[in-house]
This record gives sequence, structure tokens and C-alpha cells, in this order.
Amino acid sequence: MPPVDIGERLRALPGGSAVTLKLDPQEYADHYFAVLNATLRDVGTETDAHTIYVTVTNPASFVWGLAQALDVAPDRISFVDAISHIMMDYRNPLPNATYIESPRALEAIILRVEYLLRKNPHPRAIVVIDSVNSLAIHNPPELLTEFFHILLNMLKSRQVLTVVLDVGEEQTSPVEMMLNLIVDETIDVAREGS
Amino acid sequence: MAPATQLERCVTGIEGLDNILSGGIPLGNMVLIAGSVGTGKTTLCLEFLVRGAERGERSLFLSVTEASDKLIQNLSTFEFFRPELVTNGSLVFVDLPVLYERLGLEHEELSEDEIGILIRTIRDLVRQLGVKRLVLDSLTSVGYRIRRDERIRDFMLRLGLELSDAGCTSLLVSEIGPTQGRYSLHGVEEAIVDGVVLLWNARRQGDILRVLQIIKMRGTSHSQAQYVIELTPIGLLLAPHLKGGQMEGQ
Repeated sequence: MPPVDIGERLRALPGGSAVTLKLDPQEYADHYFAVLNATLRDVGTETDAHTIYVTVTNPASFVWGLAQALDVAPDRISFVDAISHIMMDYRNPLPNATYIESPRALEAIILRVEYLLRKNPHPRAIVVIDSVNSLAIHNPPELLTEFFHILLNMLKSRQVLTVVLDVGEEQTSPVEMMLNLIVDETIDVAREGS
Repeated sequence: MAPATQLERCVTGIEGLDNILSGGIPLGNMVLIAGSVGTGKTTLCLEFLVRGAERGERSLFLSVTEASDKLIQNLSTFEFFRPELVTNGSLVFVDLPVLYERLGLEHEELSEDEIGILIRTIRDLVRQLGVKRLVLDSLTSVGYRIRRDERIRDFMLRLGLELSDAGCTSLLVSEIGPTQGRYSLHGVEEAIVDGVVLLWNARRQGDILRVLQIIKMRGTSHSQAQYVIELTPIGLLLAPHLKGGQMEGQ
């Protein structure tokens, strides 16, 4: 397990903060579970927040399975699933998920997040984007840069905590460089505290 | 410099639209809602009326293309719609074909006199009911029966004047082809109306995005950018249309 207490770090951030969580691809499984634990349980459940989980990496059903193992209540989490459709894995839609046909429909992601924020008015909300790398597979860097700039600023103005997952290599992509400019903090899950 | 006088607004109640219109449509404006099929024209107009009725502004839907019963049924997809708005008369639906029949407007092409009858009938409906929001869906269908450019121009000028005098803000639906180089059937309508809102389906690598842009709106500053829209149960939502640094010709 990674040495840094991500949950503590996230809880200490002021409302409207945006943070990148950098995961080591070599230790993805451990890091990913630690990140879910921190975002969904430590921040989501323990601070009584509503979580909107935007998934482009794994289907919502997969993430929901892990969230259930962390005792996350179904009414405390909503999914924006932008991957199930193109994986042709859309047979059993979750009641707390909204599905987007393509991860290229970036505006639809912004609009669904907006929709879910309005549908679940809550004094505290957290949006998790999983992940910048999966989005980068489907979208050119210029478009993705614009997407993150708009989404993160929209969420900042609404005092929503945003967590962007980045399964990072040493070399940073143009999108990651841009993210570094607009997020308030980058937490290297592997390196910090070691 | 003294600040410019602000015109009174018709707050559409569609938050994103009001934002890009600097607070709403100037009161009494006649606005063309132009777009091809499946772009959300009727849904936008219905939300405009429901939001108005909720605010206590009596709203009238003049339908040419779809029966009122079907439209009312469609309203139930809006979470904010209450059927009482229809039963208590805040939201009124009139089928224009029924009106044509009652008025004896049976000719395929309306004469000048018949156009006058139609305008006076709409004016009387608006005045008698105290209508503050009106939708005509669609102007294109009416335009098929007013075949000459000068007559459609006259129809719109007179109707616009009557509605504006009554303090009624109106949306006129215009059905256009996806590649049509104009915003209406005759091509003169956009010059007469106070505003044009264009809706179309844009493509990105095979995916379709519904896009909205305000082409013109007299009496207010407004955004000229393009917005992707979604028609959701809580109403129409707007997000900036991402360009990724690319410019495109119109």
C-alpha cells in the first residue's frame, strides 16, 4: 500500500480544490484501491459528501463493485460512465449511473456532471475523473486541455472538490503539463511519504 | 459614460440560455428558433412555456405539426412539469389546423384577407387570455400556406407588432435542412424577427453533438459562442462547444 495518507490530504483541502492523484502503473491495483478508499470512503462517506465518479477506464459496474466493498451507500455515489457503451457492455445499467455513448463526447461529460450536481444538491460534493490517460486515448490533447480547463473551473466555482486520476509515466504529456497548471495540488501516490 | 438603458427581460427560466442572453430575451421580442429535425427546437420551446407558466406568465402553444395531446404527454418527461399548469389554464395548447377550420381558412394558399383573419385571431387570443409567452410550432408550416415573400414579410411584421404591443415574447419554430444556407423557409423571416437561435447537429469523429448558437438578439448583448446542449429531465443544459484550438468556416 502507498505510504501517503491520501484521504487525510484530500480532507485537508479547501472546498473547490482540484487535485491530481498520480498512480504508478507498476502498482496500479494497490494504488487504485487506495485511491478509491480515500475518495469514496475517507472523503465521500466520512465527510457526508456526494461523489460523482466519471469513469472512462472501467465500467461503472466494476467501480460500483469495489465501492460496495468499501460500504459506500448507493445514494451517496453517482456515475458518469463513458466507457460501457463503446465496450458494448451495456446490458445491465446501474440505477445510479448515467451512460455516455462515447468518451469523445467531452461536452456530454461536463453536462452530465452538471446534471448530477443539480439532481443531488448537497452541501459537499466530490467529482472523480478516472482518468486523464483514458480520456487521452480517445481525444487529442488540445481538446482535452480545453475540456479540463472548463470542467475544473466550473467545479471550482461551485466549491466542488475534483480529483483527477493520472496513471503517470515519468514523461509528462501535454495534457498532464496543462493539468499541473490548473490543479491546486498533485499528490504522487507512490512517491509521497516514502 | 452613462450606462445603456436595460430593456425589461423575459427570463426564459432555462438557466444556461438566460446566462448567454445576459438575463433573458428582451420582453416582447419575436425570436426564430431554427434548426433541422431532432435538434431540440420543440423541447426548448416547451420548456420556455412551462417555465413561464410556473412564474405566473400565461403561456400559449400554437401547434401546427403535432397534436396538443401528444405534446402534453411529452411534457411529463420534464420533472418540473405539473399537469395543473394545463388544467388551470396557465399553459394553453391550441391546434392551428382546428383554428383554420373554424375560421374557414380552407384554401391551400392563404389570401391577404385570410392572413389578416389569422393575425387578428392570434392577437385576440393573446389579449383575451393575457398571454405573455407564445410559441408557434412551426412558422415553416404556416409559411407553406403563405407562399409569397412579401406576404410572409407582412404577416410577420404585423404579428410581431401585435405580440410586442401585448408584452408577449414569442418563439417561432423554423424547420431548416442541415445544409441550408438560411434560417427559414422563405429566407426573409430572419431579417424581420428580433432574434435567431440556431440549433444543429455537429459531428465529431462520428459522434453527434447538439449545438446551439445565438445568431442575433436585438436589445441585448449576448454570447456568440457555440454551446452543446442536452435535453434532460431537469431541463435544457448548456456547455461550451469545445474546439481544441481549431477554427472553422461558417
